[in-house]
Amino acid sequence: MKQQELIPHLFRTEYRKIVSVLCKRFGFDQLETAEDIAADTFLAASQTWPYKGIPQNPVAWLYFVAKNKAKNHLQRNLVFENKVSDELRISSGETYETEIDLSPQNINDSQLQMMFAICQPSIPPEAQIGLSLRILCGFGIEEIADAFLSNKETINKRLFRAKEKLREGNVKIEFPGPAEINDRLATVLTTLYLLFNEGYYSCSQDTTIRKDLCDEAMRLCTMLVENKLSGKPEVNALLALMCFQASRFDARIDQNGELVLYDDQDINLWDSGLISKGAYFLNCATTGNSLSKYHIQAAIAYWGTQKADTPEKWESVLQLYNQLLQIEYSPIAALNRTYALSKTVGKEAAIIEAEKLKLTNNHFYYALLGELYTGIDNDIARQHFQKALSLSRTQPDKRTIRKKIDSL
Amino acid sequence: MDEYALIMRHEDGSKIASPEQMQEWMKQTMDWIGGIAAQNKFVGGTGLLFADAKVVHHNKVVTDGPFGEIKETIGGFITVRAESIEEAAEFAKGCPVLGGEGNTMEVRRIAKK
Repeated sequence: MKQQELIPHLFRTEYRKIVSVLCKRFGFDQLETAEDIAADTFLAASQTWPYKGIPQNPVAWLYFVAKNKAKNHLQRNLVFENKVSDELRISSGETYETEIDLSPQNINDSQLQMMFAICQPSIPPEAQIGLSLRILCGFGIEEIADAFLSNKETINKRLFRAKEKLREGNVKIEFPGPAEINDRLATVLTTLYLLFNEGYYSCSQDTTIRKDLCDEAMRLCTMLVENKLSGKPEVNALLALMCFQASRFDARIDQNGELVLYDDQDINLWDSGLISKGAYFLNCATTGNSLSKYHIQAAIAYWGTQKADTPEKWESVLQLYNQLLQIEYSPIAALNRTYALSKTVGKEAAIIEAEKLKLTNNHFYYALLGELYTGIDNDIARQHFQKALSLSRTQPDKRTIRKKIDSL
Repeated sequence: MDEYALIMRHEDGSKIASPEQMQEWMKQTMDWIGGIAAQNKFVGGTGLLFADAKVVHHNKVVTDGPFGEIKETIGGFITVRAESIEEAAEFAKGCPVLGGEGNTMEVRRIAKK
C-alpha cells in the first residue's frame, strides 16, 4: 500500500482502537485527551514517515508513539497530583500505573466495553450513532455530517452534548453485569441496527459512505457475536439480517446512483457469499428459545434472497410480518405486510386492508395504494402515485414514483 | 383510546376438524391478528388450550374441564385499542371463529387500571 493510502487506512482501523484503550484507561472525563493523543499520533506519523520511510511494522509504531504520549500525559498528571494534591492522592488510595495495555485482548475488550458505554438510553439515538461513528469507527466529523445530511457544526454540537451526558452520568467503560446484559444489549443492538439502516436507506448520494456505514455496523455486530458475554441468539439474528440485506447492496444502486427496485435487480449482482454468511448466523441464532424481532426480520430478509415469486415465499413472509407486528408495530412493517397479503389473496382484498392503515402522511402508503390499484383502476392508481409524489422528500424516491406514473 | 378484550367462544376445534383444517384456522387467526396489528391497534392476547383444563367450583372442588364440547367455551382472547365499542366490534367481526355456526365473539371494555 502506498504511503498516501496507508495513513488514512490505518487511521480507519487503528484510531478507534487507540481511543478506546486510552479512554478506558483515563475514564470518560478525559475522552478528549484520548482523542487528542490518538490524533497527535497520526499527525506524528504523517510528519515523520515521508522523511524517514514507512516503519517496518507501522501499527506497532503507532502503538509505541501513542503509548509514550499517554505515559507523558499520565506523568504530567502525576507531577501535578504529587505537588498539588498529595494528601488527596494518598487518602483516595489510587495507584498510578502508567503502563498502557495495547494487547489485542485489551483492544477488543475496550472496544466492546466502549460500545456498551456509548449506547446509553440517556443519550438520543442519533447522538449514539454519531458517537459510535466517531469513537468506534474512526469517522471524521465531515463524514458523519455527510452521512446524516447535516453540517459539521450540528454534528459537533450533538457529539459535545452526548459526551457531556456520559461525563455527567459518570458512565463506566465496562461490561454490564449478567443481570443487566440483556437490557443493555438491546440498546446496543438498536444503535447498530440504526447505523446499518442509515447506510442502507440513507438519502446521502455518497455510495461509498453509505457502504462504509453498513460495513461498520456489521463489523461491530461481529465483535458482539464473537464475544462470549454478548454472543446471544438475537445478536446472531441481527448479523444474519444485516448480511442478507447487504447482499443486495450493489444490485440496488445502478451506475448513476439510481435506486433499482427489487423486481428489476440483477440476481448476478447479489453477493452469494454474504447470503451464505447470513444463513450461517441465522442458524446460530436458533440456539435457545428466544424469538426476537431480529429473528423475524432476518427470516423475512432470508426470503428476500429468494427471488422466485412462489406462493410459499409470500405466505411465509405474510406470517412473519403478522408475528413481527405483534412484537413491534412500525408503519413500514404494516405496509410490507399488506404488500405480502396482496401476493397471497390478491389485490382487491389487500386494498381493503391497505385502506384501513390510514398512514396519510407517509408517501410509501400512497405508493402501496398506487401499486395495488394498478391494473384494477389506473385512474385511482395515478391519484395515489401523485399523492405519494407530493409527500416524498428525496429525489430518488420522486424519480421512482414518476417512473410508476409513466408506466401506467 | 380504550382497550377492549375480544373473547372467542367456540367449541374445541380439534374434536371436529382435521389437523390440516386446524392449521388453516390458525393461519386465518394469525392473518386476522396481523391485520389489527398493522393498524397499530393490537395490544396482546393468547389462545387457551382445552387439553388438561380444570374448573374450580365454589366449594373449592376441582374437576376436569371445560372440555370445549359446547360452543360457549372460551377458546382465547385478544386485546385491542379502539376508539369505541363499535370499532372493537368491527375488529371482532373479522375473527375466523365466526365462520362456525353458533360460535360467538364477546367484546368487553377493559376496566381502567
